[in-house]
Amino acid sequence: MSALIIDITLWGSVVVLGFIAFQRGRVVLKSSLREGSMDFINIVPRIALGVIGSGYIAAVIPAEIITGWLGPDSGWLGVLTAVIAGAATPGGPVVGFSIGAVALKAGGGTPQVVAYVIAWALFAFQRLILWEIPFMPARFVWFRAAVSVPFPFVAAAIAMVIGKP
Amino acid sequence: MIVIAVLVAVSVTLVYRRDGIDGVLEILTHDLALFGGILPRVLAGCLLGAFIAEILPHEKVSRSLGPNSGLKGLLIGTAFGAILPGGPFTAYPVASALLTVGADFGATIAMVVSWTLIGYGRAVAWELPILGTDFTLWRMAISLPLPVLAGALGRFVYVRMYPKAAP
Repeated sequence: MSALIIDITLWGSVVVLGFIAFQRGRVVLKSSLREGSMDFINIVPRIALGVIGSGYIAAVIPAEIITGWLGPDSGWLGVLTAVIAGAATPGGPVVGFSIGAVALKAGGGTPQVVAYVIAWALFAFQRLILWEIPFMPARFVWFRAAVSVPFPFVAAAIAMVIGKP
Repeated sequence: MIVIAVLVAVSVTLVYRRDGIDGVLEILTHDLALFGGILPRVLAGCLLGAFIAEILPHEKVSRSLGPNSGLKGLLIGTAFGAILPGGPFTAYPVASALLTVGADFGATIAMVVSWTLIGYGRAVAWELPILGTDFTLWRMAISLPLPVLAGALGRFVYVRMYPKAAP
């Protein structure tokens, strides 16, 4: 259901922007359509490798290793472990959030799990390489990842201060 | 690309040795279905990026998202990232288009970070069902200031790393 809403919003935006481009003239519409299709054709093989490959990579890294060290008494060392684990977690959104959920249920501390989820969202290594670099200048990607490093720690600190949800 | 291909090949071999051909095929069918499902969205993302690059007026973008756009530029980037629909296949082409039409690293970082941390797409589709409403909302609240901070840090470091590129 939510996937349907996302698809509708997405294609709705495409149609609206396409209409704006059309109003600017057929040439504008045509050249952006050509540009977009070329991007698409270039990107598909990389995504094929990424999506099909990530299932195998995720299958060989056992989840217990990642969930093991995030207990509530683990403090800042636990946060650091969580950040490294987040960066190392392969696979799509299901994998990252599921490990977070398992860690919470298995008694992981909330600041640690927050740090884990945020580190994973910001700079999961596999996603940087498979998704972000094909689409964007590599220089920007590494720069953004480097700049993002402090923020899981900031989030964990905020979580420690304001307490549980 | 080659590194990843090798990594994938090694992983496939390990899965094969552990689970046999059934394990390999199970993952393959699952991932092929996933791949087929996201292809249309990839196309939508690429078209979205191309349209944005074509119709957004360059002077306006570089004024409101460029190196001199100040806090306002970072806030615009954050808001844009939060409302942008779709997955990585939308966000990254659009961010890349913004860079080409004159947004600076700072505002683009704010946008990408905001999309990963407070974008509703992923939260609604995956985080809510898996981690629960309480945790998700609480995590998003904590994340609210982060895109602006990351963008500001990015801008601060960028100007010092590439002094010649700055105006």
